[in-house]
Amino acid sequence: MSFDLHRAYKLNPAVAIRPEPFGALVYHFGNRRLSFLKSPRLVAVVRMLESRVSAADALVAAGVPAPQQARYAAALAALADAEVIDAC
Amino acid sequence: MRAEGAVRPRPGLAERFKRGLTAPICLTWELTYACNLQCVHCLSSSGRRDPGELSTSECMRVVDELERMQVFYVNIGGGEPTLRPDFWDLLDYSVGHHVGVKFSTNGVRLDQRAAQRLARTGYVDVQISIDGATADVNDAVRGAGSFAMARRAMEALAEAGFGEFKISIVVTRHNVSQLDEFKQIADAYGARLRVTRLRPSGRGADSWHDLHPTAAQQRLLYAWLSERPDVLTGDSFFHLSALGAPLPGLNLCGAGRVVCLIDPVGDVYACPFVLHEEFRAGNVREPGGFTRLWRESGLLLRLREPSAAGACASCGLFDACQGGCMAAKFFTGLPLDGPDPECVLGHGERALAGVCLPDRPQAGPGHSRRPVFLGQIAARAAT
Repeated sequence: MSFDLHRAYKLNPAVAIRPEPFGALVYHFGNRRLSFLKSPRLVAVVRMLESRVSAADALVAAGVPAPQQARYAAALAALADAEVIDAC
Repeated sequence: MRAEGAVRPRPGLAERFKRGLTAPICLTWELTYACNLQCVHCLSSSGRRDPGELSTSECMRVVDELERMQVFYVNIGGGEPTLRPDFWDLLDYSVGHHVGVKFSTNGVRLDQRAAQRLARTGYVDVQISIDGATADVNDAVRGAGSFAMARRAMEALAEAGFGEFKISIVVTRHNVSQLDEFKQIADAYGARLRVTRLRPSGRGADSWHDLHPTAAQQRLLYAWLSERPDVLTGDSFFHLSALGAPLPGLNLCGAGRVVCLIDPVGDVYACPFVLHEEFRAGNVREPGGFTRLWRESGLLLRLREPSAAGACASCGLFDACQGGCMAAKFFTGLPLDGPDPECVLGHGERALAGVCLPDRPQAGPGHSRRPVFLGQIAARAAT
């Protein structure tokens, strides 16, 4: 299923987040894939997803500036692809 | 190192990895120096168990620490880790504490019963080592009967329905022509092929000169790997990235930055290829344990500082190869800020010509049961 910015998403329950100076490491205990969240703000977005009505809303809530939103959406799409986040 | 199967980070991220992480990504933990084999290139000079090896409860305390540090998995090796009587208990304990286990074995204890047990355990990866696609090539390096033993273990895993296990090969001058055959073996089992670089570490210090691939073979290897991104490499061939487009992976020396080793007696080294006092950060039995060493060891902090390109500074390919592997330079007696002994431009080879062999750092006999010579093993394998 392709990523839809206007849907609500949540962190996959099999995923753990390890904070790092650059952002975070994300590990999926199910498919054993390691991913990287490449900025602290992306970490904030990911943590906020579940409490927001849509991914787009989480971007705004985490304070992602409008010109950067497309880049963050692409990062979220990659995370959805890796099953780090799932549509609610 | 390479976070295998990972989202490929941008170069900027690799730069930040050089300054270190709150915990390693790729932690190797060697559980015992005991081994039923005596491979001529063994990185840890294994053979005999060390009486000072960590006890079961000490190992469990290390696992507790790794869980707190969010080290998501460990690469367990040895020696032959399955020879530890508590191996299966430690495996269950680790998995139960959210530290996944990827272990390397020569297959000695991997019978049908063990394979079925592994197939039932989630969150475990198994890697079976062979160094030849045929018994003659393999046994010359790993010892008589070791190829048949590894194949029996592969059969057992496949039969038990374990799923995708890994078959791990160290590339040598004598098996590089068998890469396609290795791939066929892996494909036949539904396994994943992993090929890594031969290091002049441990007993490899003495066999490296006879075993490491030639310059022409390195170019063939690079081309072969470039066409097969599904083959895992542990990011061990980044020195070959100077031949063209970079191979998949972080393409950096991860020693002390993202990589680390805990040896059977609890000593912590910067990477699995430098079991030498000069690269020993301390011991997990010390106050503060592994966590403190990872975060405060002077050695590891130094390795995270920007390194000078030294003799390679004027080379236009330095950004691609990063000067290669620290361990390979160290054990061949080359300066750490100079070219890798297998530099694709041949600078390493020229530098090696000037190294006086007795001046090389000595790895010592380690835990070898007896001196092991390549010719001796080959002769034994042939009889």
